[in-house]
Amino acid sequence: MDLTFSQEQDELRKVVRSFLAKYSDEQAVRRLAADPEGHDVFIWRRMSGELGLQGLAVPEEYGGSGFGYVELGIVFEEAGRALLCGPYFATVALAAEALLRCDDESARHDLLPGIASGETVATLALTEDGGRWDEPGIRLTASGDTTTGWRLTGTKTYVPDGHLADLLLVAARTPVGISLFAVDAADARGLTRIPLPTLDQTRKQARLEFTDTPARLLGTEGTAWPALERTLATASVLLAAEQVGGAAAALDAAVDYARIRVQYGRPIGSFQGIKHKCADMLTEIESARSAAYGGLWALDAGDDMEIAAAAPLAQAFCSEAFTRVAGDNIQVHGGIGFTWEHPAHLYFKRAKSSEALLGSPSYHRELLAARLGI
Amino acid sequence: MELDFGPAVRDFRDEVRDWLAAHLVGEFAEHRGVGGPTDGAAWEVRLAWDRELSAGNWLGVGWPREFGGRGLGLVEEIAFEYEYARANAPYRATVNALDLLGPMLLKMGSEEQKKRFLPPILAIEELWGQGFSEPGAGSDLASVRTRAEREGDEWVVNGQKVWTSFGIHADWLYVLTRTDPDSVRHQGLTLLLLPTDQPGVEIRPIRNLAGQDEFAEVFLSDARTGADMVVGEAGQGWRTAMATLGIERGTTLLPQQLTFEREAEALIDLARDRGALDDPMLRRRIVDAWISVRIMRTTNLRTIAELTAGRAPGAQATTAKLYASTRHQQLGHLAMELAGPAGQIVGEDYGLDMRQRSFLLALAETIYGGSSEIQRNIIGEQVLGLPKEPRP
Repeated sequence: MDLTFSQEQDELRKVVRSFLAKYSDEQAVRRLAADPEGHDVFIWRRMSGELGLQGLAVPEEYGGSGFGYVELGIVFEEAGRALLCGPYFATVALAAEALLRCDDESARHDLLPGIASGETVATLALTEDGGRWDEPGIRLTASGDTTTGWRLTGTKTYVPDGHLADLLLVAARTPVGISLFAVDAADARGLTRIPLPTLDQTRKQARLEFTDTPARLLGTEGTAWPALERTLATASVLLAAEQVGGAAAALDAAVDYARIRVQYGRPIGSFQGIKHKCADMLTEIESARSAAYGGLWALDAGDDMEIAAAAPLAQAFCSEAFTRVAGDNIQVHGGIGFTWEHPAHLYFKRAKSSEALLGSPSYHRELLAARLGI
Repeated sequence: MELDFGPAVRDFRDEVRDWLAAHLVGEFAEHRGVGGPTDGAAWEVRLAWDRELSAGNWLGVGWPREFGGRGLGLVEEIAFEYEYARANAPYRATVNALDLLGPMLLKMGSEEQKKRFLPPILAIEELWGQGFSEPGAGSDLASVRTRAEREGDEWVVNGQKVWTSFGIHADWLYVLTRTDPDSVRHQGLTLLLLPTDQPGVEIRPIRNLAGQDEFAEVFLSDARTGADMVVGEAGQGWRTAMATLGIERGTTLLPQQLTFEREAEALIDLARDRGALDDPMLRRRIVDAWISVRIMRTTNLRTIAELTAGRAPGAQATTAKLYASTRHQQLGHLAMELAGPAGQIVGEDYGLDMRQRSFLLALAETIYGGSSEIQRNIIGEQVLGLPKEPRP
């Protein structure tokens, strides 16, 4: 049975955790949060060069190391724990996955090696002003054909790390349906990128305006939605793993504080009011772990039915768990937890923003209900 | 996600499946889904079912052959429990001896005790009750007041026990007693095996809120048992008792979780039947119920996978009970709401249907085996390492 972690996977976790403890400590997080770019190329290069994290789950034929989603989930859990700033989620969970799912072998060969090596920062531009993650929400249009070339016109917004990504994968509508396009942001005509100031400063977003911007069609025109749907399912599970890691870090902080903070002559953790809150936080986290790990195992098993249910379940549950636990962490800390100087709010804001990142918990519940036939 | 135990266990699993399909018929089949540790209904049929299992050599799958078991491993035990729960077989009436006392004797009992007591447990020849709780003590097992004094070759026991599941049927009790009168809390306790067939033992049924004689109170007045009936060491009863509770938290959630899944499915069918799926408020709660049982399943699979891989189970093994018991109660409330007025009508002699019974009995799940409040203390102190509450 593979429903537990192997020694190699435990080892991976250890390596990633100690790497992030060094390069994504509170000081680094605060520095990148305050920085409009929010991306440290030095850390990014080390992530790819030393650990191969960008290409971890990219198949070897595309320059990656061909591990599975469980391994990738471990990295995301640790990234969440460390509040890793930068375009890792956008590049690996969204863009690389979209490339893997789209039916375009030559695009995979062209674009994935750059992602795997850390050369390319990429993202998926799907949401528009309505903030919707579903098919009807896509209105940006593409015109042209394969001989004349394709052009994009319209606006994408709330695009994770869209301000700095080298490669933009853009979901667009053509007369025959939803298609996926690649835009090389470096020399794209008619592309305006506007960074959006974010509530959660640890994950940046941008607004992208396309005016007759040349783009490369990936796969067959009008057939991209199923691949995008699967991409979103995968990203939902990986985000869930990230949320579990964030929640676990928030609980650790609460427990550490409850052990040492003395009130009324004894550590506050000895009061049941605090102790029971912490126990409930752990119960919530372990349940969220089950939700996220269930999704990872389903992804590795490649079971479509299982993925269709496990992904929205993981996203709905882990979103709320992280927000609740991050809020409880502030409560356990009392007044100090409400200050800018304390890191508790960084987790709380990351939690709330992650809830909205791929669609709200209610949206994912509805996805689940529809897929279960409820 | 299904459990896959690999080819080595597949034959065993098929054997379990075939046997259950062939034997879970007639009156036994009618009692599918009956049970739970709190359910005293249909006692005779359930006891007969345990004897059927015994005749098929399915009790004590992991116990050594010399005591009547099958001598198989943890994986087979889990595979058996899984198939058993999948078949919705009645909850075993003698679960007390099979899941708690038996494993405790295997771990801490003397050779004589094992030889004397284990085979009759598996043969359903002797029934056991647990005498841990006392009036006024609740979850605080360390406040045991029942006294046992050594008189020659015997222990003489005085005191009162309560909440003894199926106690009115017990031939023997395993009781936690205070053998050092000057001791406090966890010290000076001794775990004794005590026959009920004697003048010093009086057992009275307690009716639970579902109307069943599920448990009993036990009065011990100069009750006697042999000096060799100590499990573990005299004065070390706390350690012995805790070992039992450790066993209780092992794989026993698996069958329960499959029952909850069936209840969630029934709930969705009921909602569909009542048109409740079109109500967004109810719809949300129904999806949440489904999410809860799915999470319980994955949590249990995680624990089982760790156990079978020879790893120490993670924190989820400790939080699982708190989560499951709380969510199961929510599921029950929702099922009753969906049932509407029909849920308010019971049968003759307060006869409850499956939904009503489960709804009412779920109230005990946040109490027995350590209440939710105790669970939170355990999680806070033993898993998270928070300081203990000072004792006055």
